[in-house]
Amino acid sequence: MGSLLQVRGLRTEFGSDAGSAVAVDEVSFDLDRGETICLVGESGSGKSVTALSIMGLLPRNGRVTDGEIRFDDVSLLDLSEPEMRENRGNSLAMIFQEPMTSLNPVLTIGDQLTEGMLLHLGLSRQDAAKRAVELLELVGVPRAEQIVRDYPHRLSGGMRQRVMIAMALSCSPALLVADEPTTALDVTIQAQILALMKRLAAASQTATILITHDLGVVAEMADKVAVMYAGQVVEEADVFELFDHPRHPYTVGLMKSIPHLGADDDARLESIPGSVPALANMPSGCRFQDRCPSVMDRCRAERPDLLETSTTGKHLVRCFLYSGEQAAVRDETTTAVAS
Amino acid sequence: MTTYIIRRILISIPVLLGVTVLNFFIVQLAPGSPADLYLDPNASPDYKERVEAALGLDQPIIVQYLNWLGQLLRGDLGLSYVSRAPVADVIGARIGPTLLLMGASLVVAYAIAVPVGILAARRKGTWADYTVVGGAFFGVSVPNFFLGLGLIYIFSLQLGWLPTGNMVTIGGGGGGLWDGLSHLILPVIVLSTAIAGNMVRYVRSSMVDALSEDYIRTAHAKGLAPGVVTRKHALRNALIPLVTVLTVDLAGLLGGAVVTEQIFQWPGLGMLTIQAISSRDYSVLMGVNLIAALAVFGANLLADIVYAVVDPRIEYS
Amino acid sequence: MSATELTTRKARERAGVPDGQPLLSVQDLTLHYPIRGGIVSRQTGTVRAVDGVSFDVFPGETLGIVGESGCGKSTTGRAIIRLENPTSGAVVFEGRDLAGLNTRELRRVRLDLQMVFQDPYSSLNPQKRIGDLLAEPLLAHRRASRKVAGERVTEMLDRVGLSAQFKGRYPHELSGGQRQRVGIARALMLDPTLLVLDEPVSALDVSIQAQVLNLLRDLQTELGLTYVFISHGLGAVRYISDRIVVMYLGKVMEVATTADLFAGPRHPYTETLLDAYPAPNPHQRGRERIVVEGDVPNAAKPPSGCVFHTRCPFAREKCRTEEPRLTGGAQGGSHAFACHFPLGEAA
Repeated sequence: MGSLLQVRGLRTEFGSDAGSAVAVDEVSFDLDRGETICLVGESGSGKSVTALSIMGLLPRNGRVTDGEIRFDDVSLLDLSEPEMRENRGNSLAMIFQEPMTSLNPVLTIGDQLTEGMLLHLGLSRQDAAKRAVELLELVGVPRAEQIVRDYPHRLSGGMRQRVMIAMALSCSPALLVADEPTTALDVTIQAQILALMKRLAAASQTATILITHDLGVVAEMADKVAVMYAGQVVEEADVFELFDHPRHPYTVGLMKSIPHLGADDDARLESIPGSVPALANMPSGCRFQDRCPSVMDRCRAERPDLLETSTTGKHLVRCFLYSGEQAAVRDETTTAVAS
Repeated sequence: MTTYIIRRILISIPVLLGVTVLNFFIVQLAPGSPADLYLDPNASPDYKERVEAALGLDQPIIVQYLNWLGQLLRGDLGLSYVSRAPVADVIGARIGPTLLLMGASLVVAYAIAVPVGILAARRKGTWADYTVVGGAFFGVSVPNFFLGLGLIYIFSLQLGWLPTGNMVTIGGGGGGLWDGLSHLILPVIVLSTAIAGNMVRYVRSSMVDALSEDYIRTAHAKGLAPGVVTRKHALRNALIPLVTVLTVDLAGLLGGAVVTEQIFQWPGLGMLTIQAISSRDYSVLMGVNLIAALAVFGANLLADIVYAVVDPRIEYS
Repeated sequence: MSATELTTRKARERAGVPDGQPLLSVQDLTLHYPIRGGIVSRQTGTVRAVDGVSFDVFPGETLGIVGESGCGKSTTGRAIIRLENPTSGAVVFEGRDLAGLNTRELRRVRLDLQMVFQDPYSSLNPQKRIGDLLAEPLLAHRRASRKVAGERVTEMLDRVGLSAQFKGRYPHELSGGQRQRVGIARALMLDPTLLVLDEPVSALDVSIQAQVLNLLRDLQTELGLTYVFISHGLGAVRYISDRIVVMYLGKVMEVATTADLFAGPRHPYTETLLDAYPAPNPHQRGRERIVVEGDVPNAAKPPSGCVFHTRCPFAREKCRTEEPRLTGGAQGGSHAFACHFPLGEAA
């Protein structure tokens, strides 16, 4: 049996009047039960589109055109929409960035919280209502008995995000996709929510895809990390390996450009020049070539693949700087297989 | 909530007063006096003066207004200059038919506009959507009188299926249910066409907005079927802003009723208004205007109350 | 002479502020919004958005204001440039209390006092080309002819790292980072002495944030500017500020130099804030951290005594009853804090 989730060569396109644009290309990663992977990148990197592709929640003009998504040994892309709906909110759950607008303002918290359980678990109204209160208590919402009868506007952003988490966990999903769950929250509230998510994931062995642009959140939460740039994964490694030995020039640049609290006082921030290329005119070759400090001729001519660079652990990089090491790894594995 | 309603009513008193002042003076601006129509054109000027004095028309305009207002405060709308019957009775006899016409038109308009608007929103950007939007545009832009006369020409004069006007067949002994209905069909079509056209556009855009909200994505992420998402999550939110449209529609209906009732000889307030204007029956006109102002104000207040009921975020204090 | 000293001297000379005097002095600034209700709209309550805030900003320095949403940092910024009228208190700029100025004088002073917003897109007229948008303030105040204005625009675009080609483009054709550069350029067109920057990098991607922060640092040295930098992002505030004001529920909790504040916060709220910030270092993840419980209270019903006592892990009886004063020399630039039982002192 393989991993809980296997994403292979995912490609998602968006159609428009001007033709179709590839938002996500050649994205691959695996995720085991209880494991947390962080998809990190800037806007336009394709991290949210990757999540929506897995959930089958792409907007009407979006379509997965290539690749495979296997979840619990089922190919999600081969499921019909009604079959997909049975998984959604059930074994596959998602929480979103904007807690303030992600809850329906005219329905009570209890109503929204029980909806999924009534649909997927076949609970009676009474049992679902009882479980709703338990869930709210589990995620640390005070006065849960009262809150279930209240409407969302009475709750703060932090409390609403707790409700969203309770809702996502209501049917005990095997996979939780969290798209920037703390970005809209204040830093002290973010700390509360991250601690909560960590506690719940550990207790329930739920696998988590956490999407964020904040390397601080990554360092706090991830088991492994996939760094995304312009629709592709450019580097993937274990969280300690990634922070200790970042390899892709984009990852390195990103780490040097965060003004974090432990830095030297007068050290100047290094920044990555330029900006992310538009989907419509992606350069041929490496997509980071125009902003890369170590760009070579080859980068403009050929597209690099995401390849293993380490013989000891897992560290994939999409960069020609490491083609030597990557070749060595390849040789070693072929030798190992041959012998 | 009660405090809010009381405050709204208190605020409305000076507004209503202002409306009556404006109405009174604008009506007086029209040339001629009610006495002209009331009298034989050959009556002596002396006799005319005595009649005017008896009607109170010889007094300064301000005094006339204050007299009218004084009566009103005692709950008396005065007597019709033409029939000498109490204005309240004249209006009372006409209010029923108008309410019937307006009520039926609203029900028909909404019964068509809401589902059609939702359909267009869910199929945004398809031919179904374009057809609906085009139809709605036609409904809004075709004039009442044109549509009314056109329908009479086709269904009454050419096909002979439906009567040309009135509420019941005259001399038909009061008629049965079908007789009443057959008289109602054409005026209701005319009045509801404009309302429905307007409403479809509002329902559509309101629904398009609601369907693009984050909480709709949340609902889809729960695995709910699209129909449930539309009905339970989007529709209720989409209908909230339409409460305002309803009140605007009501004012529009009152205006539309004047023309439509005239075309179909519908014995309601609209026709009464035209009659009162042409016969310079100022006291009836003032009465009708007051009723209209009260209706618009009442509808607005009702809309605010309905808001608070359907939208939990709104709390009046 | 160091770069910072040079900046200070340049800024002091430009603003005509005597040695040792602040360029901007905010004194006991208070901004309350009434809540109305009842039949005749009586005032039934007050939102204390800013409640007795005082600090000085010296020529050539960057004063950072940090705090979570609802702490009053943005309202303070808006009150400084008089986008909001304070309920009470004084804003003294270049030696004059802005409250005492008439409309014409205020307009003149405002030329020296400019603001940069979080989302420059909403503050740039989408119908106008960048060149016209930038020339606008010069022409409106009759500071330059059309030709001279055009030259100034080119020069300013160059200063913020954009080529002259951008003159002909519309705001929607620009990326977020480019738009923020235009926002900064526009604020600089009239040679202000002080810039109030309200969350200028919060809407930008990480790699672009660094570009803009570096640009702001460079412009400060080149032009002798003074900044009030408002942000919830502690990293950015730390990088750019010389001194930092920490706000919570409309009040100043702590004022200190950046180095002092990060080396040893004295107010428990500051410590909480610093500790909640996730460090981009997975090796630190196991550490014991202070996670404060609960939400920020409603500013219409602030807690009695110290406003932080409801969430403070060290709160005692006195904190509930008595409001601590900001002590330790708030106006002098040394470390000041509003706490009865500050950290690092034997109780």
